[in-house]
Amino acid sequence: MAALSSYSMPTEQPAFSFQNQPQSHASGGPTQHSFYPYTDNGGSTLGISGSSFTIIAGDTRMTSGYNILTRYAPKLFRIGGEGPEHAGAKIVLSVVGFAADGQALQERLDMVVKMYRYQHGKDMSVHACAQRLSHILYNKRFFPYYVQAILGGIDEEGVGALYSYDPVGSYEREQCRAAGAAASLIMPFLDNQVNLKNQYEPDAPQGLEKPQLQPQPLDRQTVEELVRDAFTSAVERHIEVGDGLQMMVITKDGIEELYSPLKQD
Amino acid sequence: MNHNPQAWGRPRDDVYGAYNSQYLPQHHGGPSAHPTTHTQSPIVTGTSVIAIKYSTGVVIAADNLASYGSLARFTDVKRLKPFNRKAVVGFGGDVSDMQYLDRLLSSLDVQENYSHNNDDPEDTKALMSAKNLHTYLAKVMYKRRSDFNPLWNSLLICGLDEKNKPFLATADLLGTTYSAPTLATGFGAHLAQPLLRKAVPDEEASQKLDKETAVEVVRECMKVLFYRDARSMNEYSIAVVDEKGVELKEKEKLENQSWAFADQIRGYGTQTV
Amino acid sequence: MFRNNYDNDSVTFSPQGRIFQVEYAQEAVKQGSVVVGIVSKTHAVLAALKRNAEELSSYQKKIIPIDTHFGIALAGLASDARVLSNFMKQQSLASRLTYDRPIFLSEITSRIGDRAQTNTQQYGKRPYGVGLLIAGVDAKGPHLFEFQPSGVTQEMIACGIGARSQMARTYLERNLDEFEGSSREELIKHALCALKDSLSQDKELTIDNTSLGVGGIDENFKMYEGQDIAGWLETAFESKAEGEEGGEGMEVDS
Repeated sequence: MAALSSYSMPTEQPAFSFQNQPQSHASGGPTQHSFYPYTDNGGSTLGISGSSFTIIAGDTRMTSGYNILTRYAPKLFRIGGEGPEHAGAKIVLSVVGFAADGQALQERLDMVVKMYRYQHGKDMSVHACAQRLSHILYNKRFFPYYVQAILGGIDEEGVGALYSYDPVGSYEREQCRAAGAAASLIMPFLDNQVNLKNQYEPDAPQGLEKPQLQPQPLDRQTVEELVRDAFTSAVERHIEVGDGLQMMVITKDGIEELYSPLKQD
Repeated sequence: MNHNPQAWGRPRDDVYGAYNSQYLPQHHGGPSAHPTTHTQSPIVTGTSVIAIKYSTGVVIAADNLASYGSLARFTDVKRLKPFNRKAVVGFGGDVSDMQYLDRLLSSLDVQENYSHNNDDPEDTKALMSAKNLHTYLAKVMYKRRSDFNPLWNSLLICGLDEKNKPFLATADLLGTTYSAPTLATGFGAHLAQPLLRKAVPDEEASQKLDKETAVEVVRECMKVLFYRDARSMNEYSIAVVDEKGVELKEKEKLENQSWAFADQIRGYGTQTV
Repeated sequence: MFRNNYDNDSVTFSPQGRIFQVEYAQEAVKQGSVVVGIVSKTHAVLAALKRNAEELSSYQKKIIPIDTHFGIALAGLASDARVLSNFMKQQSLASRLTYDRPIFLSEITSRIGDRAQTNTQQYGKRPYGVGLLIAGVDAKGPHLFEFQPSGVTQEMIACGIGARSQMARTYLERNLDEFEGSSREELIKHALCALKDSLSQDKELTIDNTSLGVGGIDENFKMYEGQDIAGWLETAFESKAEGEEGGEGMEVDS
């Protein structure tokens, strides 16, 4: 029987990018297969909020180990709005990690927001939606949705709102956040360029007292350029990122979707 | 006489010894701590399924072998299952789970024909499309993985969507879904997918591809898979789905094989020179 | 004094083979204000007369959009209609979720029909006191279904239910042949005319008391109320009134 159950679908995982699930082929003992309900589908997302807009972006590659499963699998989803086209939606959810959980999470949140509109006759605010998403994740904390989520929209004052989550529902509102495979590559870049970390007044004298540059809300064009730079750089350094860049810009007028190709190698 | 009615018609304990109820389920007197067991690994398996979209339809293929580990156990197993006139599902992985899903699809088909009584056979608008079917199967797969009781398959669902445009997508034992102009499961993801992508690098290219070329590319891929996949065989099924319906051939033989490359292979096993 | 012994619950037949509770529920539908529905080859329209309990109160909602492709109009107990509409909303979302397709109107109608029927066959339950018109478009084109408290459902070309709806039905029967080929605008006018015919002498259609719901092929179901329907209310009756009289004149002549 040992020989029989050693058959596995050829989905070897690259060892360096995430933890390998235990596959006890070694050491002669009887091979036991156990079902592991998660996988990592790679990819990366990021979100930046401005004074009157929020931009959420993600690459469109989906991977399994060293395989590119598809070059176009969006990680950005409109939440709410009318019907399957989400007409009039003003909230965007991005999910990265285990794609099937991401899809399930997206469908649940969308259902909640649609029912809210049906029952209350008005759209859900991003603030409320953000808290609801946290509860959905937390309720499944013992069998979590294996995703890093970023939620974006416009708050009740018309200011860009961005919320980031861990897989079990811990969340906070931020100016910018990168998630997924290349988060560790993109986040320091955003820290530096958006929150102006490690940038000081150029003319001030050297020393500990040297004043930090204060972050200012960025304009839309600058943010779009930052996003493109972040992703073109991530593509160079991470094999699970590439193929296409999908961007959603949320303003008071709705959601504008942009797509541009990335390197396919 | 034994006055206990429960004992009537049963083997007598004083003659045969107590009945061994060890293997019975709990409600029939089996052991109380009998755990529910779920599939932990596939047993009889099918290998790759490959498919490609072309301008007006989809071509899908899978061989007719079901393996028991490395044993080529069943050599006449049809792994492409047509669903109404708009969709075909290709099954990789566990064969018993495939048969379960096939029964599920049959009952779904009956339900569909009952509730919407499509009296006009030419009217395909109200028919369940490949896209509808894919969504449904993906939900079934995801539900089962969430119950830690997976259906050990990778599926390719292909056919036409509601607008009669070509549709191709996949669902696997984890409930993961995606779609692309070309798809391949199992070993095909390594061996066939690069060849398919060379023929059809993107969506635009698939819209320009004609049926004959698509079929030719798929047949070529089946040949390469047979050359290199030890769990494959030279008889396969191939289906074309377009507006005319499903055209399924289940007894195709690989043609024009050339094993000239075989003696060039170096570096495996004992052959080192 | 006569006392009916067979109307204490909805599971007992009278010796004449009637279930009085169900018939009383159907009376509740006749208490509700009138709603009208018509379908053409391309569109489905609902029109409803809204009532307010008193001058200072708001008008009762008569048309509820359920999904992007269909909506319902109700006559009778609004609270019962809400229960049914919540159920229909859930069912249509479930269809979108599991199959990624809009639910068929025949399907959703038979589901509420089944629900209503169980209320007429289980002790301690009460039939729904509401009639519904379900109108919209699915993969098989535009449809109009009628739902009754008894659980009876049927597909209609045109239908009117509620108080004084006989007058509306008379109008609809008279113009039956025109509906199939009607344009969107013509269909709306027919619906408003049918609605108008069922009004009592002292009443007329205003932007406050009229609701419209329109669905069509490649057009989402949308509800129109208030200022949005002012245009239709102005133009609907001008040309129609003439045609109407002409038609009657012909009948008298023959």
